[in-house]
Amino acid sequence: MVTFGWPEAFFIVRAAGWTLLLTAVAFLIGGLMGGVLAILRLSRIKLLRRLAAGYILVIQSIPVLMVLFMSYYGLSLFGVELPPFFAASASLAIYVSAYLAEIWRGSIESVPFQQWEASASLAHSPAQTYRYVILPQAIRISLPPTVGFLVQLVKNTSIVSVVGFVELSRAGQLVNNATFQPFQIFTLVAAIYFAICFPLSRLSRHLEKVMNASRPH
Amino acid sequence: MPAVLIEDVHKSYGSLEVLKGVSLAVEPGQVVALIGRSGSGKSTLLRCINGLEAFQSGRIEVAGHAVDQDQKRLRELRKDVGIVFQSYNLFPHLTVGQNIMLSPRITKNVPQAEALALAKDVLAQVGLSDKFDSYPDNLSGGQQQRVAIARSLAMKPKVMLFDEVTSALDPELTGEVLLVMEKLARDGMTMLLVTHEMNFARTVANTTVFMHQGKIWESGSSAQLFAEPQTPELRNFVGAGRH
Repeated sequence: MVTFGWPEAFFIVRAAGWTLLLTAVAFLIGGLMGGVLAILRLSRIKLLRRLAAGYILVIQSIPVLMVLFMSYYGLSLFGVELPPFFAASASLAIYVSAYLAEIWRGSIESVPFQQWEASASLAHSPAQTYRYVILPQAIRISLPPTVGFLVQLVKNTSIVSVVGFVELSRAGQLVNNATFQPFQIFTLVAAIYFAICFPLSRLSRHLEKVMNASRPH
Repeated sequence: MPAVLIEDVHKSYGSLEVLKGVSLAVEPGQVVALIGRSGSGKSTLLRCINGLEAFQSGRIEVAGHAVDQDQKRLRELRKDVGIVFQSYNLFPHLTVGQNIMLSPRITKNVPQAEALALAKDVLAQVGLSDKFDSYPDNLSGGQQQRVAIARSLAMKPKVMLFDEVTSALDPELTGEVLLVMEKLARDGMTMLLVTHEMNFARTVANTTVFMHQGKIWESGSSAQLFAEPQTPELRNFVGAGRH
C-alpha cells in the first residue's frame, strides 16, 4: 500500500497550479464578460438592460455545479465532447461574469451622477465619459469587493473536480484513495487553499482601508 | 442674432409643470441674472439651455445651435456652451491641469503642448497658476469652483451658464468666485447665471430676470428692476433678501 509521502505531497502541490490557472482563466474571461454585462445593464436601451439583467438573474439563481453539468454532460448529448479544462473554465467564467457584473454595476452607479453631467456638459461622448471620467473612479471603488470575490472563486474552483478535472481538491481525493490518510492529506490541501486565499483577503481589506482614507469628502 | 434665444418653452415632470411658457433673448456680451425662489424653475431653465434637461415644447437656440435631444448635435452645442455647477463637479481622480486639458484634448483634438498652454492660461485667469498639479480634494471650495470655471473656459465657450455657483461656499469664499465672474463679464463673455447673490445680480448683470411659478414674472435692466420692482411677488422677494 502507498503511504502519504513527498511524491504524493508534490502531486498535490502541482495540482494547486491547476487551481491557480483555472482561477486566472475564469477570472479573466468572466471579467471581460462581466465588464460588458455591467455596461449593458446600465445601457440607455431598455432591451439591452433587460437581457443583461435576465442573464445575471438566471446565473445567480442556479448553482455553479449545474452550469458545469450542463456544459459538460449536456453538450455531450449533442455529440460535443468538451475537454474537462475547457468545460470547467467556461462554467466558472459564466459564474464569474454574473457576479462581477453586479459588483461592477454597483461600483459604476456609486460614482455621483454629477460626474456624468459634468462630463456630458464638456461635450464628451458616452464612451469618453466612461473611459476618462467614470471607469477610473468606478475601478477604484470596485477593487476591494473584486479581490474579495476572487477569494470565493479560488475556493469554488474545487467543484470542477466532479467532471474529472484534477485540481487541488481532486488531487487530494486521488491521493487519499490510494493512501487512506485523509487527515494529513486534507490538512495539506486546506493549508494550500489558505496560503492562496489569506494574502488575497488581506489585500482586499487593505484596499478597502486605502479607499476609505482617500474617499473625497 | 441673439446668443441665446428661448421661445415659449414648456417643461413638466409628469403632471408637474415647471416651465410654463418661458421666452427670453440674450444678446452677445450680455450678462443675465435669473433670480427667484427655489422651485421657480430658474435652474431647470438654465439646464434646458445646454440640453441637460429635455423640454416638451418651444424652442431654444444657443450660439447658433438648436437644442434637441440628438446626442451628436448636443455635443457640438456643448463645445460652445460652458456650464458651472453648484457642486463644482471636478474630476477627483485627475489633477487640476488634467481636469482642464482633458476636454480640449479629447473633443477637439487639441495637441498636448497647445492644451498645456491653454490650461496655464485659463488657470492664470482665475488666479490659480500654482495649483496646476494639485488634486481637487486638496483645494478649498472657492478654489475648486474657480478651477471648474477655468475648465469650462478652456473649451473657449461662446456662452457660459452658472448654476448657483456660490451657493455651496462659505461667505468668505464666495467673493473670490464672484470676482472671477465679474472679470469674465467685463471681458465680454455672454453669461446666464442663476444666483442668490442679489448684490452681484444688481451690480454685474445688465439684465435681471425674476422667475416665479415657472414663468418670467418680471424682467428688465438690473438697476431698474431692483430699484422699482413692479409686482408684489418681486417686491416681496427682494425685500425678504434685504431684511
